[in-house]
Formats: sequence, C-alpha cells, structure tokens
Amino acid sequence: MASLSDKIQDVFNEPGCDKNKGKSEKERKKGCTKQLAPGAAAGGCAFDGAKIALQPITDVAHLVHGPIACEGNSWDNRGAKTSGSSLYRTGFTTDISENDVVFGGEKRLYRSIKEIIDKYDPPAVFVYQTCVPAMTGDDIEAVCKAAAAKFNKPVIPVISPGFVGPKNLGNKLAGEAILDHVIGTQEPEYTTPYDINIIGEYNLAGELWQVKPLLDELGIRILACISGDAKYHEVASSHRARAAMMVCSKAMINVTRKMEERYGIPFFEGSFYGIGDMSDSLREIARLLIERGAPAELMDRTDALITREEAKAWARIAPYRERLSGKRVLLITGGVKSWSVVAALQEAGLDIVGTSVKKSTKEDKERIKELMGQDAHMIDDMTPREMYKMLREARADIMLSGGRSQFIALKAKMPWLDINQERHHAYAGYEGMVELVHEIDKALYNPVWEQVRRPAPWEGKSWEERADEAIAAEAAALAADPVAAEAARRDKQVCSCNLVSVGAIEDAIRDGANDVAAIGKATAAGTGCGGCQERIAAMLEAASNASAVAAPQAA
Amino acid sequence: MARVTVSKKSCAVNPLKMSQPIGGALAFMGVSGCMPVLHGSQGCTSFGLVLFVRHFKEAIPLQTTAMNEVATILGGLDNIEQAILNIVKRAKPQVIGICSTGVTETKGDDVDGYLQLVRKRHPELVDIGIVYVSTPDFKDAFQDGFGKTVKKLIEAFVPEEIPSRRAPQRINVLAGCHLTPGDIDELRDIIEAFGLEPTFLPDLSGSLDGHIPDDFTPTTLGGVTKEDIAAMGSAARTIAFGEQMREAAEALQNRAGVPFDLFDRLTGLEPNDELISLLSRISGRPVPLRFRRQRGQLVDAMLDGHFHFGRKRVAIGAEPDLLFAISQWLTEMGAEVTAAVTTTHSPVLERIMTEEVLIGDLEDLEHRVVGCDLMITHSHGRQASERTGVPLYRMGLPMFDRIGAAHELSVGYRGTRDLIFKLGNLFIDRMHEPTPDTWREESAVNGGTPLASEADIALRSAH
Repeated sequence: MASLSDKIQDVFNEPGCDKNKGKSEKERKKGCTKQLAPGAAAGGCAFDGAKIALQPITDVAHLVHGPIACEGNSWDNRGAKTSGSSLYRTGFTTDISENDVVFGGEKRLYRSIKEIIDKYDPPAVFVYQTCVPAMTGDDIEAVCKAAAAKFNKPVIPVISPGFVGPKNLGNKLAGEAILDHVIGTQEPEYTTPYDINIIGEYNLAGELWQVKPLLDELGIRILACISGDAKYHEVASSHRARAAMMVCSKAMINVTRKMEERYGIPFFEGSFYGIGDMSDSLREIARLLIERGAPAELMDRTDALITREEAKAWARIAPYRERLSGKRVLLITGGVKSWSVVAALQEAGLDIVGTSVKKSTKEDKERIKELMGQDAHMIDDMTPREMYKMLREARADIMLSGGRSQFIALKAKMPWLDINQERHHAYAGYEGMVELVHEIDKALYNPVWEQVRRPAPWEGKSWEERADEAIAAEAAALAADPVAAEAARRDKQVCSCNLVSVGAIEDAIRDGANDVAAIGKATAAGTGCGGCQERIAAMLEAASNASAVAAPQAA
Repeated sequence: MARVTVSKKSCAVNPLKMSQPIGGALAFMGVSGCMPVLHGSQGCTSFGLVLFVRHFKEAIPLQTTAMNEVATILGGLDNIEQAILNIVKRAKPQVIGICSTGVTETKGDDVDGYLQLVRKRHPELVDIGIVYVSTPDFKDAFQDGFGKTVKKLIEAFVPEEIPSRRAPQRINVLAGCHLTPGDIDELRDIIEAFGLEPTFLPDLSGSLDGHIPDDFTPTTLGGVTKEDIAAMGSAARTIAFGEQMREAAEALQNRAGVPFDLFDRLTGLEPNDELISLLSRISGRPVPLRFRRQRGQLVDAMLDGHFHFGRKRVAIGAEPDLLFAISQWLTEMGAEVTAAVTTTHSPVLERIMTEEVLIGDLEDLEHRVVGCDLMITHSHGRQASERTGVPLYRMGLPMFDRIGAAHELSVGYRGTRDLIFKLGNLFIDRMHEPTPDTWREESAVNGGTPLASEADIALRSAH
C-alpha cells in the first residue's frame, strides 16, 4: 500500500504537466504546492478539493470521516446538477466526538458505512479522510476494505486530509482514489466507436447539459463525465472510452494521463467556454475519435454543426456587441478558466483590464498574454484593498469573479457577475456564451447603478467625487513628501506568498544578490508559488541597467 | 416538559449542527476592528468563510493559521506568531480573535502559552487585543463556541475590579447568536427609547447588517470596540439574551459586580412585557406611547392569527436558544411542536413544551416531519421539505438561499407580530379547499388529505 506521502510525491511528479517537466529533480520533489502564509491565506484545503472533485458523482454516498466542521459547515453548498439521483447532496459524516479522538474512530466509521448501506443502498460509498482522524491514526483504508468485503459493495477510501495541502492537491488525490479503486472495475453494457470521457467537468449550474445536446446530435456518447452528473457505474467503466477531453487541466491531469497510460485513451485539453474554444473542442473530439476508428464522415457532420451553431450564436450576440463594445472588465477568477473566459469576453467586444492568475499555471498566463497582447495587465494576487481601489478609480465597468470577492465590487457600487462555482447561470458552449453576454449586459445596464450611486440628500457630494478626492489627496500627500513617497514605493508588495516588498528586494540586490535564486535565498521572495519571479527578474535587469541601485534615501 | 435524548446513530445524515470555532468567529465579528482567526488548516477557515458569505452576503473577515501536516505535529507556535504578524501588517486590527479547531486541539497546542511568548517577543503588539478561545470541533456546537467567545472577550478586556461609580444610564446587552443584526437593531431602538445607553456584546448590527462603509477595511466593518467592552464593568446593569449568554453574564458579574437579568427568549407577548417593564423600572421612565401601541398591535395579531395556528403541527430543527424561543411562542399561539431537533445540550431544552427534544440531525427531523403542517429550520431543510412536501420556514444560520437573512426580525412586540403574519400566511396558503369528495368515506380510506399522502413519500424515493 502506497503511503500518503508517496502518493503526494507521485502526484507532484506529473509528466503531463509542462511546468513540472521544466523543473529540476530537486524542485520537483518539493512539489507544486506553495507554502501557505499564516494570516494571509485564503482558499480551501486538500479535503475540500477532493470532495469538489468527486461529489458530483450523483448516486453514491459521500461520507466524511471527521469532526462536524468538515461536513457540517459545508454540505450541499455547490451547484453541481444531477439528472438522476440526488443522494450526492445528502450530507453524511461520522461527526466524531472527543471519545473517538481518544479511543479512535474506526468503529464509528465502520458502523456509519453499515448504516448508510442499510438505509440508502447506494452503488458505492466514498469515505473521505480528514485531519483529525489522520492525526489519531484511524486506518480508513483498512476499514473500507473490511466494509467492502462484509457488505459486498465498493467502499472507496479518499485519503486527502486538509492539512496536506491546498484544494488543487486534493483534486489530484481524489483522482488517485478513483484510479486505484473505481476506474476499470466494471464493464459498460455496450461500447461504440463514439464513446468519450469528459474529465474535469463538474456540471456546475448544469453546464454539461449546454454541451451534451450537440454531442448527442453528432452521435457522440459521453461514456463517463468525471465527475459532473456521473453515476458510479459510468466512472467504473470509463476505461472503455475511445478518447477523452480534459476540461479543467490542473484538477485532473493525473487521471487523464494515467488513463492514457493504462488504457490507451488519447486525450486533448480543451474548454467549453467561448465560441472559438467550443468549436475547437468539438473538432478535437471528432479528430481523436476518427483516429481511433470512427468513420471519417464524423468530421463533416461536426464541421456542419459548428458552422450552424456559430452562426446562430453570433447572430444572437450581435445585438449586444454594440452595447458592450469598449466596456472594461476586471476578471478575477480561479485560474483554470482564465484564458478561455478572456477569449469569450473579447468575442463580445469587451476589453479586459486585468485578470487574476493566482491559480493559473505559467502556461495559462502565456495564453492570456497571447490573447490580450503583451501589455496585458495581469493582477497576480490582488488584495481586496487593491481590487476595491481599482474599482473605485472606475477603471473597470464590471467585475467578474468568484462569490467571495463580489462584495468588494458591490460595495464600490460596481456591476458584478459570478463566474465561479457557486454561480447560478451556466456559461458553457454556444448557449452559455450567449447567456454570459446577456448576463453582462443585464448587469451593466441595470438602472439600479444610477440610483445607488446618488448621494444621500444630506451629503453634497456623490460617492465617486468623495472617492476621487480621497485618492487625489493621497497622491498629493505623497507628492509633497518624497520620503513618504519613497517609503510607499518600497512598501509595495512583490511576493504575495511571503509578503516581500519592493524595498526588501532592492536591498537584497544592493547587498549582492544577482539572480532570482539569490534573492529567494535572501528574502524568500519568489519561493512560494513562483508567480512573481518574472517581476523579480525584471527588477534585476533594471538594476543592472542602472549599474547600481541607488541607496534608499535616509528617512 | 420534554425528554432530552441523544441520537444513537453512528453516522450523522444531513447535519443540523455546525462547528464551535465558527460560532466563536461569528462572536468576534461583532467586535470592531477585529480579525477572527481559526487556528487550524486553511480549509477550516475556508468552509466557515463561504458559509458566512452565503448567509450574510457580505465580505467576511476570517483568517487562518494555515497549519500544514508538519506544523500540526510539531505545534503551531510559529504559525500563530506569523499569522499575528501578517494580520497586523496587512489589516491593522484592534483585536485579533483566535479560535482553536479539531486539528490543533488533537495535538494539544498550548495557545495561551504561545501568546505569552509572542507578546514577549513582540512588544510592539502591546496595543492590539489578542483573545484566544478553545473551541475543538469535536465537542459542542456553534452556539457553545459563540457563548464561550463572549465570555472570553469579557475576561480579556473588562478590568477585574468593582468600580466606585456606575453610570446609571449605561446598560450592557449580551446578545446570543440566535439574534440577527436586525434583532439587535430593534433591541437597541427599544432600549434607547427609555433614555438608556446600551453597549451590545457582540454587536453584529454594526458589522454584519449589510451597510455601505465609507472605506474598505479588511477587518470587521463595525461592532463594539475593545474600549467599549472594557467600560462594561462600570455599567449599571447587564441584560443577557439567550441561555448561552449566562456564563458571560456571570463572568461580568464576578469581575466587576454588574448585576444581570437573563431573558431566555424575546419572541412572544410575555417576555416582551417583562423586558419593557424592566427597562421602565431601570430608567424610571414611563413606557413610551409607541410600545403601548405596538403591544396592542401584537395582541390583535395574536387574535387574528390564532385561528390559523391552533393545533397546527410544527417540526423545528434549531440550536437550543432559537428552538426554545420559537417553540414556546408557537405553543402559546396554540400550535403543537410535534418534533424538536437540536445540536447541543442546554438547560432550556427540557422546558420545551413537547414530548422529546432530540440532539440529532436533519435526517431525524425529516423522519419526524411526516404529517406536520410546517417545518422550521435553516436553509439545509430545503431537501427534506422538497421530499416530504411539508413547507419550510427558514430560521437560523445558514440561510444561503434567501436574501435579507441579516434583517430577519423575531424579537420585540413588532418582531413577534410580523412573525405571526409570515407563518400565519404560510398556514393559510396550505389550507385545503373542500371538494365534493372531501367528506366521503372513500377519501378517508384512500389516505386522507393530499398533504398526508405526499408526506408519506419515503426517503428512498429521493434517489
């Protein structure tokens, strides 16, 4: 049995990941998980990530082994939709007590599995490990094995306790769990040359269903979607697919690649967001299926469908283009979709003024640059304060982001649209693109903005005027005080992971650090996610051009 | 007089309960310039954050010590220290409120000791209040974490001395977590109408009432300041709302000799009569005209409403103080509380006028809701309501699928009056129109009213 740390090492050593291939052996061992800064971190844990990845499997029971926090605070909070069973929305947890912490929770876990099978009889039970039982040493793999044998039913251990890392590591550990215990354990009733897997799609807000009718029309069968609207049997027999599409590259790359390795299922990475990407994805699916033996006429039918659907979508978007053209969008997203959303928005005539690439890989960033031009203003790890200021300065007309940052936009009385997991609207495929444009238009042109920006009758000035004044006053104060201005300039943060400022890096350069690694050693800048290394390199270059960094003015 | 039982199941299904640390965090959110921190892995914070964001529809200040596997085993001193320093640097808080979690309690981190060390190493932090509460996830529930935190805030900031002089007009109000920001605003209006000056601890009405702030702050947007808390020792009196506030009220009494009155509920005619009388007595002022009118309106609403409440069967799933308040009031309106499920022990539970109060989950409530006219619980009751066909009235936290959760009002004459209207209208909606066959024998044989047959749908049909 591979230990959890072996698994994590294995997941980190991902040949399918370009970023990983570019690393040295030593760097690779360190993994791609950035060290989280206490007091300055946000985002879910590995358990959260594992649950996100697997919970969309609709007909199984998802049992969380841990204290009430892990399930009680979070159950039924995501918008993955189902066409059948809703058992996946039922919250199951062992809700361990002090006694279980002291004496071990294995018996409670075993009895819990039994209760679930007695009452709900699902095709399988997924058991999620969490931090506390991982610490006390509950061997959930052994319990699952015993339960599976006793009740003659798959009981799948998902070993991804929160403290091993962030959400995206959990996605991958969940992938490992289904590779080890689910995929390839059952056979489909029949197969066709048109069977595909879609991997990394969670059917949030029903997005899969915006795409599925087109695949249906082409006669392409989704053998398994991992894991949106999936049934256990579909995932278990997914190894018989002819080809696969990987939707969310970071989340399940290990599943996709290992299925290629083990079962010879070729894959491509694609997106359903944006008209161009949607068409590309359909063509890629057809191409791969034809390579695997499907009749070549599939491509003709695909092209015909694309022509028809694109024309239809453009015709529906056209009335909006004029209204949206030149409107500025601030895009803050969880990364994976950054580049595909950018393309989609540009199709609607919108300008992108910034995008967060916090969770994007370097390759994602390159793609964004390619799409938006070299001067793309990328906002890495923007703090809420900066975001707020940016909106206050009205450099953006609308902000698109995940649910948690929405209130910053709304408090600044700026239009906002939800594009993350909790969203209620589906934006996939041609349909989704039209929907997204429609929603942006609806948000931008809502008459409410005019109303809410109006000052109270007892206040002479509007909110914008006051904000402008405050910002101008701030700038004037800095202009009048070169020492303060210099301090403010030096105080600007470069490395968000380790909170390293411009000044600290300049000091390090002055003290002799002459490459990114040396600066990392001296200040820890760039040693977290590595997202700021480009900026550090630029600072080094600027410093060497100036031949020497001027010593900071004495304060 | 209820029998309190504890569910015998090993597996909780559809939890009603939420964890202690986030209850503690919510209490910290009612303190001004505060950054609550959960000492645990980052997921502990992330889940709580999402929960509060979806409930309040506000940006929520909540940080994490981001414990990883190694730090968890070796102890979290460095993480606590770094978290404090980072928060001070980024958010400039007045108060940092730290709640432990299951992870750090299993290891047994001595956070009080850590904080002493941090204080010694960083004398520059002297002006920042740092309050630590032990709130393991595997014990107790949300309400307990909230209560413990309020008590800790008093112990941290109120000087341990009997003041020589008390301000006769100043009243401390300890507000339990069953009160919404809207409830707190209502109570403030009531108390101020008597010329009294209330200090609310915690004061969610300043921080989570959904107002537009003048500027963005990464900490809480408002609430009670630590200086206000310190001054609570010299107030004339404390009024505590909710049994969960008893220990905090006692702590304040022991430290600074402030006498207290505890109201275990504020929904219904009788407790509000008591509150108004008390305020009149403390202030020496007659009851303002508007409360006389509001009382009359409530009495009239009770008369209009009792037709619809009488003999109605209601199932409630809520934390003890909310459960007690709502079930007592419903009983007084003539309804029957036929099922009561709660999250944790409390002395109020056995006083509830129902047969059994079960410490359990929403699966238990779903089984018991069959044949009821209404169920009352938080938003997670929606699945049970869909399956059983019994209408759901949302109360408590989380309320993620409705807007305005912060302004739901259920206290005072006015709050009670409006609650009668809301629930009464739900009952009216569900009134069954008679048909020619309603009173035929066969109809009874076939299973009675449509409601009953819908309610018979077994759990399994859900999937």
